[in-house]
Amino acid sequence: MAAEQKMNIVIVGHVDHGKSTLIGRLLADTHSLPKGKLEFVREECRRNSKPFEYAFLLDALKDEQQQGITIDTARIFFKSAKRQYIIIDAPGHIEFLKNMVSGAARAEAALLVIDAQEGIQENSKRHGYLLSMLGIRQVAVCVNKMDLAGYRREVFEKIEKSYSAFLEEIGMKAKSFIPVAAREGENLTGRSARMPWFRGSSVLEVLDSFEMAPTIENKPFRMPVQGVYKFTEMEDTRRIVAGRVESGTISVGDEVVFLPSNKRSVIKSIEGFNRPSQRTVSAGHSTGLTLTEQIYVNRGDIMCKAAEPLPKVSSLMKVELFWMGKRPMVLNRLYKLKIATAQVPVRLKTIERVIDASSLRQASKKEIVRHEVAQCVLHTSAPVAFDLTSELEATGRFVIVDEYDIAGGGIIRQMLDDDHADLRRSIAQREQKWDFSIVEPEERVKSYGHRAALVLLTGPVGMDKRTIAKELEKILFSQGAKTYFLGMGNLLRGLNSDVELHRLERHEHVRRMGEVAHLFMDAGLIVVATASGVNDAELEELQEVTARGTVLIVNVGKNNFKRAVIDLDLDPKLPAGKNAEKVFQLLSERKILFAR
Amino acid sequence: MKQLEKLESQSVYIFREAYSQFKNLAMLWSIGKDSTVLLWLARKAFFGHVPFPLVHIDTSFKIPQMIEYRDRLAREWKLNMVYGRNDQALAEKRTFPDGKLTRVECCRTLKTEALANTLSGAWPRYRLDHATGEYVLDKNTEPYTGVIVGVRADEEGSRSKERYFSPRDRESNWAVGDQPPELWNQFKTDFAPGTHIRVHPLLDWTELDIWEYIDQEKIPVVPLYFDRGTGERYRSLGCYPCTFPVKSTAKNVKEIIEELKTGKFRDIAERSGRAQDAEDGGGLETLRREGYM
Repeated sequence: MAAEQKMNIVIVGHVDHGKSTLIGRLLADTHSLPKGKLEFVREECRRNSKPFEYAFLLDALKDEQQQGITIDTARIFFKSAKRQYIIIDAPGHIEFLKNMVSGAARAEAALLVIDAQEGIQENSKRHGYLLSMLGIRQVAVCVNKMDLAGYRREVFEKIEKSYSAFLEEIGMKAKSFIPVAAREGENLTGRSARMPWFRGSSVLEVLDSFEMAPTIENKPFRMPVQGVYKFTEMEDTRRIVAGRVESGTISVGDEVVFLPSNKRSVIKSIEGFNRPSQRTVSAGHSTGLTLTEQIYVNRGDIMCKAAEPLPKVSSLMKVELFWMGKRPMVLNRLYKLKIATAQVPVRLKTIERVIDASSLRQASKKEIVRHEVAQCVLHTSAPVAFDLTSELEATGRFVIVDEYDIAGGGIIRQMLDDDHADLRRSIAQREQKWDFSIVEPEERVKSYGHRAALVLLTGPVGMDKRTIAKELEKILFSQGAKTYFLGMGNLLRGLNSDVELHRLERHEHVRRMGEVAHLFMDAGLIVVATASGVNDAELEELQEVTARGTVLIVNVGKNNFKRAVIDLDLDPKLPAGKNAEKVFQLLSERKILFAR
Repeated sequence: MKQLEKLESQSVYIFREAYSQFKNLAMLWSIGKDSTVLLWLARKAFFGHVPFPLVHIDTSFKIPQMIEYRDRLAREWKLNMVYGRNDQALAEKRTFPDGKLTRVECCRTLKTEALANTLSGAWPRYRLDHATGEYVLDKNTEPYTGVIVGVRADEEGSRSKERYFSPRDRESNWAVGDQPPELWNQFKTDFAPGTHIRVHPLLDWTELDIWEYIDQEKIPVVPLYFDRGTGERYRSLGCYPCTFPVKSTAKNVKEIIEELKTGKFRDIAERSGRAQDAEDGGGLETLRREGYM
């Protein structure tokens, strides 16, 4: 016996336009209330000598009954003859926009309520705009309190006309406009006799005409990696890449590529618990996959099918975002971008346009304040994989975290080439054609007792980074690690003897150093390298070349980076041995080294 | 996708997000049907394993079959089982059954306080030692920063406003009016020191979904949910002085589903057999703000 389908519907609109009343009445008229609830609320009202309102049915929290406004979204389960609904009652008060967004983001369709007498208000528009950004395409507009407007046709048609024009401006179209009197139950569950001029469907009929979100199995395969599990207890030897298929389909034997890391492998099996074995899994399912090669994959990578169009990879993107944070979003402050399962430090690079979502007027360009929508460019500290929202929603939208809180949300409109776009394309080709050793990385890790990594000591000239690096190499070696000190000087006079030591050529030196480090890392070694005065761009280049393997940045002396987040800061005044110990500790903390 | 597949997929997703984001993660297991489905979903998410401790708050007034069932599953499924208890209040007989507290005060003392202090590590935790089958004092007293809880939005008013990831301050208080935004499966996973996050993978499930899933997956539940010939069964489980059976002759999972769909419980609230709800003004709000599950 299958449980019935449930559709999530959000009700939005300006404060006091009657959203809660509409739901309350809908619940009562469809007999969806628990036994005794209606009587209980009527009795409460009688005891407190206040007139009964259907909205009270929803105001489950005491706070709300006192203030008479909905603070947070509440979920109400409700049933029509066709199916079940989860109604999300979103607050209309501007203070609670983040709650409205939380409610609406879960919905498959929306009812937007406008007071017939008050007409279109600030939040009627703002909510409409946000619905479009949240990707909700099925919207019905209820023009409420028609009883107070004398059920007059012209009142309804005036609102219908001007609100349709607004929606058109933001590229949306309502499925229908319905004149209702929620308190009286007019046009809710049946056609109203008081408004014979209206030929359209009632609210309930419109709800039933909405379609469930279509599955996106026919789009390119994307599975953001949530984790890579190896639970050794009970002799489980599987190494499972876990995540939810956000779009497309994957089968055993398919070649996959992980982005932005560019790692490749082939699906060996599809895993599950207490379910029949399967050879294919498609959009919507949380699953787990094992691979034929034990490559290193990290949370945040997106698993894609090698034969299909791949996501974009860049650290620059043009986006549209809405801000909910108490303090404004400003240029040059460090935020965190969360997209699918990836998290990466991000800065606001430029603001192109700030729009007041309630008037569509342009506002100031210096910062994005709460409740504003902006078109802007974001710059992440490391490249991320993403799709354009217009192509794939799940991997094309993000949130911005300011300190501890999600403060903004947005959609990606366009990829912009960052400084490393060309390099990234050639590295992708290198990785695609890479001739793998028969010894798998995992076997090396097991045998060596550590993972591969590049420890890069950098900082101003004259900090004696070489001594620290060599001390570190010694400690690592004495502990049985496979390690190598990669001296920049050795490269300059050998591999790089054809490249002039010129400022313009510096990036070629960096690239070659990266390529050499990459080979050593592929061999499973902990490479210890030094390079003075590495800047953000060079570091990013190094990270690209090493195919986003583990690079630990150890800074000695003054910090030269603006974007990069360093892993360890060393005091040059301390003895080199002491500093080397600190790096050794970092390697243990980061689980590069582990007890065999 | 079928409804249960959708619910399962979302719950599994939430479990994995929580597991990746919290170093000290624990799951509350009340032994009831909901948190047992939750436990099953954890095994779905982690391919048969449960990679975090299960915490039970023992009031010492739980129906005895519940504790038997808890320990049986803990042994069979090799669970990392931990319980906490308000030993002091029990020693001083500061409880409702001992006549010294009201029902709500008793919940606050034996559940809310015990929960807060067990989670923070301030009070002793007892861990099941699988080698001996006995509970021993747990050496780990680190606070849990992520706590997975099996509440459902359809249970009662305040729970309908919960987020999947819901922050609690140092005193376990819940700021209902100022909750973080939650959209596109991006949850609040950053938090100030001293605070913790409650994680709610079952939020979208209804009582009926729970039973249909138990039926589909053949999940073992406490027999107290079934009529054993007395014409009574429990619909919701708790402490015996405050939880009462309902009149019902449903003898198995299928009959319970039938009863929920068409029978007399179709429009009667699930927690109607819980006396503390009625005492708290018809809702659990006061208790929940203070940290009750």
